[in-house]
Amino acid sequence: MAKTLTQEFTKGLWKEVPPFRLVLGLCPTLGVTTTLENGVGMGLATTFVLVCANLLISALRNVIPSKVRIACFIVVIATFVIVVEQVMQAFAYPLFLKLGVFIPLIVVNCILLGRAEAFASKNGIVSSLADGLGIGIGFTLSLGVLGSLREILGTGAITIPFGASYAVMPAAFEPFGFMVSAPGAFVALGLLLALMNLAPSK
Amino acid sequence: MGDYIVLVVSCIFVNNILLAQFLGNCPFLGTSKKMETALGMAMAVIFVLGLAGAITWVIDAYVLKKFGLEYLQTIAFILVIAALVQFVEMFLKKSIPGLYAGLGIFLPLITTNCAVFGVCVLNVQNELGFMESLVTSVAYAAGFGLALVLFAGLRERILLARVPRALQDTSIGLVTAGLIALSFMGFKGLV
Repeated sequence: MAKTLTQEFTKGLWKEVPPFRLVLGLCPTLGVTTTLENGVGMGLATTFVLVCANLLISALRNVIPSKVRIACFIVVIATFVIVVEQVMQAFAYPLFLKLGVFIPLIVVNCILLGRAEAFASKNGIVSSLADGLGIGIGFTLSLGVLGSLREILGTGAITIPFGASYAVMPAAFEPFGFMVSAPGAFVALGLLLALMNLAPSK
Repeated sequence: MGDYIVLVVSCIFVNNILLAQFLGNCPFLGTSKKMETALGMAMAVIFVLGLAGAITWVIDAYVLKKFGLEYLQTIAFILVIAALVQFVEMFLKKSIPGLYAGLGIFLPLITTNCAVFGVCVLNVQNELGFMESLVTSVAYAAGFGLALVLFAGLRERILLARVPRALQDTSIGLVTAGLIALSFMGFKGLV
């Protein structure tokens, strides 16, 4: 029954990768992934909140009364979201503006409450840390993949996060504007999910 | 009066909360498998979002702004919404059991519905007045309900269709949602 730390960590990368397998946290997944940079920025912000909240909740798990646990989890999560909000406003203002309302919305991201309830409130600090990191990185990677797919097809170029932009498509490529619009988000995610289902599930 | 009509049309159709702003997508996919649950969720959201929009506006204007505590907005709003949902649940259970039985399990789910929280934050960010906030909240919620019911109807039909194995369930649901969003884009020039 006892799983190793590596297993706790790697399950978030493929077996339980949040937006695809668990179908949680769809709003940021659909809303911010118009570019790779937005996707990765959102993913990192969520990972930070997830790891910190997992740690604190796991440390406090014997103190929190079970009747009001959900309220306690939300307060812990909201505190770290405010930290991220303030830090991003100070050091990554352009990204903060682009992500807009989705930064405060991390607080209602079901992944966070889901991990707190299903994992951190029942497990020790170290395995909660591994769980948070794994799920967070899996989430960041998913957003990165979806973001780069939409950016390449929608604009024909790709921007390395916090770096330069490169044209990857030949000059004759007509940007597929549908992909960066709202309906494109749904269709792109649906098709990616179908691709993952095609992969053999051993 | 004319301004409010424009506001309502833009919130329901042009800037539809689910299909154009991507808020509240978890219940959108989670509760849309049956028409009955979709209707229940839609009613619960309209009810709670109307109340939450008004209350968070008051909290923001008379508590947070007054004492210079705007940075606590996130934590204050989520607590207000969670408390409100609990309160509404208790109130309905006691005094309107019929409505409670109808909304039942959907009420607690609303706490983590990002549409509710998102609209409250957007109202404050766009510096709307009290009446505008109230109208916007209810109109966004109505848009949520409309999209949810439309989507549930389509999903019930999809059950009868032969869908490739890899695309089944959530996957085809997302593609369908994309097509609904595409048709809603047709409202763009309306306002």
